[in-house]
Amino acid sequence: MNVEVLEDERHHRFVLNMGPQHPSTHGVLRVLLELEGEYAMSLLPVLGYGHRCHEKIAEFKPAKSFMPNTARMDYLGALIYNHGYAQLLEKATGVEAPRRAEYIRVITSELNRIQSHLLWYGAYLLDLGAFTPIMYAFDDREEILDILEDITGSRLTYCYYRVGGVCKDIDDKFVTRTRAFIDRLRGRFPMYDELVNGNVILQKRLINVGDLTPQTCYRYGITGPLLRGTGVAYDLRRAEPYSVYPEFDFEVPTETSGDCMASFKVRFREMEQSLRIIEQALDKLPEGPVMAAKVPKKLKIPAGDYNSSVEAPRGELSYYLVADGSDVPYRLKVRTPSFSNLSVVPEMCEGMLLSDVVSAMGSLDLVIPEIDR
Amino acid sequence: METFYSILPELIRIVICAACGAIIVFGNALVMGYAERKLAGHIMLRPGPMEVGFHGILQLVVDGLKLMGKQLVVPAQADKPLFMIAPLLAFAPVFVPLLVLPFSEKIQGFDLDVGLLLILAFASLNVLAILIGGWGSNNKYSLFGAFRSVAQNVAYEIPMLISLLAIVFMTNTFSLRDIAAAQSPVWFVVLQPLAFLIYIVAMVAETNRAPFDLPEAESELTAGFHTEYSGMSFSLFVLGEYANMFIVCSIATVFFLGGSSGIPLPYFEYSGAIWFLAKVYALMFFLVWIRWTYPRTRFDQLMNFCWKYLIPFSLVNLLITVVMVKLI
Repeated sequence: MNVEVLEDERHHRFVLNMGPQHPSTHGVLRVLLELEGEYAMSLLPVLGYGHRCHEKIAEFKPAKSFMPNTARMDYLGALIYNHGYAQLLEKATGVEAPRRAEYIRVITSELNRIQSHLLWYGAYLLDLGAFTPIMYAFDDREEILDILEDITGSRLTYCYYRVGGVCKDIDDKFVTRTRAFIDRLRGRFPMYDELVNGNVILQKRLINVGDLTPQTCYRYGITGPLLRGTGVAYDLRRAEPYSVYPEFDFEVPTETSGDCMASFKVRFREMEQSLRIIEQALDKLPEGPVMAAKVPKKLKIPAGDYNSSVEAPRGELSYYLVADGSDVPYRLKVRTPSFSNLSVVPEMCEGMLLSDVVSAMGSLDLVIPEIDR
Repeated sequence: METFYSILPELIRIVICAACGAIIVFGNALVMGYAERKLAGHIMLRPGPMEVGFHGILQLVVDGLKLMGKQLVVPAQADKPLFMIAPLLAFAPVFVPLLVLPFSEKIQGFDLDVGLLLILAFASLNVLAILIGGWGSNNKYSLFGAFRSVAQNVAYEIPMLISLLAIVFMTNTFSLRDIAAAQSPVWFVVLQPLAFLIYIVAMVAETNRAPFDLPEAESELTAGFHTEYSGMSFSLFVLGEYANMFIVCSIATVFFLGGSSGIPLPYFEYSGAIWFLAKVYALMFFLVWIRWTYPRTRFDQLMNFCWKYLIPFSLVNLLITVVMVKLI
């Protein structure tokens, strides 16, 4: 009897493929939706459209030359992915980066983080139907890209960090431009707050949508702004300090409600904190070399297991390396935040309206190439 | 022959009116298409079209030619007759309301006693076109767009009509010219501010424009009901949308903003049309402005807003108006 009822109910359902070409999946993600009217009764993310075997590639070439690949996993947090990987190899081989290099890494990584959040901000509001903010966000982001292009040579998929430092020192122009940018972005925040974040329609679209609890986050391994939106102040820059982050004074912004609005606000406040970090780093910037003196051409990694974690814009990024003593990794495992964050979608979005599915998925800030490595 | 000569002036009048209607529809689409892209550009910190002609002024002409040259793709699974008829149905009815609009005291196609009813009847055909297009495309996103559009337009027609009815009670006529003329000392926007606000909201929803553009919400439904349309069949929908914008803004002008009244100009019976068009385009500017400023509402919020706030308030407004009319 029950089975019959269920069968009957399923006849009213309607299967909709959202993606792989859909404006709000931001890449080649496909979500298989089972709809009843406009309500999504079940969701299934289908992955694999952009898989490039990065982890397998790592097993075939010297560990040092894998650096460019890390930038292509998360094209929005490329420098932070560089950072994690450089740190991993430094841990494994005992090479130590000079302090100036670490400072430069922090400055550029934080610029990268702001850039990622700005893009998310624009794209998310585009998902919610506001066409204009993305242009303002990109206008600000463009400045970061220009600054980083001058120093790293690329605009998106950076390969700037090296084992034992960074490949090029920063100059005065970089410092003055970055300081100017800090002032500029600080001047823009009140405008964003007034025009967008206080908007009634936006608040109605975000508040109480896509609620998460800390327990749900623990079960799925959700990290980053989503976790901090539920009130857990877990940020690797504070929880397991790496690089020179302990030397800076910054807060880990948290919200308690756990809905889309919470992660929205957390990301916004994170940009302000990143600006603070950059400002302090520029003030304290030590003199000296930017590369360690002795980095062997052929970087032999002693046999063993190594791990390195950094806080990427979307959450915790970990590299796990198993080495067999040669210069080629035996196995490299990358734990990327969006993959875990995406896995909550079926639970989070069940029974939601289609429009809410879009806003809930947007609040995850998915970068698909990072899910499909 | 006698009868022919007696109806000849009327026939000529019909032909002239139809031709003027076509000029308005296409001219309006050209002006608004360009203005919207330019305004959107400047709101978004970019210049908008710049390449074709001075500041891209010929962009829309070129776009029109391109759209005419494009192939009409009919999806294999589509219901072909419905799919082909929907754009025509979206476009054709927009000519009729233009006939009864009083552009100035003397410029008007026909002054009908039931002008308002005629406009509302033909304006609601638009829903049918969207439903047929969405259904005929045999595409899930189109179908969603069509469903949303029907629910939205049917719901928002009610407060729109009720807010206009308050004015009809005050003036005792459905004739648009008489309603415009009845506002000689004060515009009805002063006497009926609530009705005006309700009308403006309903107007945005009726024309399916952001923040109520749910039938074509592109971040959810790719392009909504016109996902499968290309070339001229797509541009007919766009032409229809701009013409509908023009019509609803004209109604707002006639009912609330005094029609063609304004600072007197020479030959005011005719030149009042300048004021009329200025008011209409000011309202259209407002539509464009909010479209590029606000995020989209959610569907249930949109419906709740209509049924829980707009309809009760418009009814209360109507009741107060009726009592006041009776008392004075």
